[in-house]
Amino acid sequence: MSEVSMTVNGRKVQALVEDRTLLVNFLRDNAELTGTHVGCDTSQCGACVVHVDGKAVKSCTMLAVQASGSTITTIEGVSGGADLHPVQAAFREHHGLQCGFCTPGMIMTAVDMIRRHPEGLDEATVRAELEGNICRCTGYHNIVKAILAASSEMAKGAKGKGRAKAA
Amino acid sequence: MYAVNYHRAKSVSEAAKLGKGDAKFLSGGMTLIPAMKTRLAAPSDLVDLTHIQELKGITVTGKNVTIGAGTTHYEVATDQRLAKVCPAITYLAGLIGDPAVRHRGTIGGSIANNDPAADYPAAMLALGATITTNKRSIPAEKFFKGLFETALKEGEIVTSVSFTAPAKCGYAKFPNPASRYAMTGVFVAKGKEGVRVAVTGAGDDGVFRSRELEAALSRSFAVDTLEGVRVPSDSLMDDMHASSDYRAALIIAMAKRAVAQASA
Repeated sequence: MSEVSMTVNGRKVQALVEDRTLLVNFLRDNAELTGTHVGCDTSQCGACVVHVDGKAVKSCTMLAVQASGSTITTIEGVSGGADLHPVQAAFREHHGLQCGFCTPGMIMTAVDMIRRHPEGLDEATVRAELEGNICRCTGYHNIVKAILAASSEMAKGAKGKGRAKAA
Repeated sequence: MYAVNYHRAKSVSEAAKLGKGDAKFLSGGMTLIPAMKTRLAAPSDLVDLTHIQELKGITVTGKNVTIGAGTTHYEVATDQRLAKVCPAITYLAGLIGDPAVRHRGTIGGSIANNDPAADYPAAMLALGATITTNKRSIPAEKFFKGLFETALKEGEIVTSVSFTAPAKCGYAKFPNPASRYAMTGVFVAKGKEGVRVAVTGAGDDGVFRSRELEAALSRSFAVDTLEGVRVPSDSLMDDMHASSDYRAALIIAMAKRAVAQASA
């Protein structure tokens, strides 16, 4: 057993857990944030993707104790308020989900993808970057559309902010 | 997963002390954690190496490259200085797993595991890399011993890999359609010491150098040279994904792509 402590969506979460506890279980059972899903449990499907210290990782393939001391963002923490995050808004606008099971992981992967590609995204890049996220409903088409739309929307926002600062 | 005791090492020497008996060293955990979940691995203790600063980072001095064992695939894939001197290795790192896996998985973990379908062993062998551990330096040629086997002894930790960037290098991989591991991957390097060609994902005893391809490409380092060249299929893997003859054909096809990339 280890005392595990991490900051999840800005809140400190601490618990005494078995060393073999997976991060995804810690988030769901101890932090009581069930937006992060367990899909395949074999690091293939990406339904469990969260951000650990700013990087997308599969929380089913990391022990909670490995993440102790880290800062975690889950799907519940991306918007930071009542308004949807631009990626969430784009998924709604472009119907980027059907059953919704993969959506938390898709969105966490998309947010990370957009952050890593400040130069912008094209369809081929988005499809390649979605390698580790599986959706069995949509055929990916609308997910790709949503991510491309969110990427250009966020680039506009960033430019606007840059201008505001310059002024 | 069976119960396990976790230790977070702050230095290589502390890790070495903790890594005794049935303990295992844990780096990114992208192979070890899944193996523990399926109980293929059942270590008594895990010694986490990811918080050891001395294992991290890439240094490029002229053509000399050193990559810390704890450097992630993502860090290798996006290192601009490394891309300038040895673009094939950054390209290779960007083909491993998926973005989330690349954020965690490390070069040290990959070569210490020596999966017969992993990408890095081919690069290490073709680049004539030296694997440095907390005890010694081992040439790649002597490091990779077969399926999931290396020259590493108990308590020995890979600390870095180093190599001299060749004049030309290229990597091409035919990924398994499901797992994305190499069903055949070929790394070619043309340097001062001649042409070296290493093949992963195909050999029934893990990564190996192809003497046939090296001989052909030493005559002329060009795609056309490989026209009509054959590699023997008798020591290649033969499984539900591909027959050994098919893999032999893939080796030539991937070698052509790798040479084209190296010559571009």
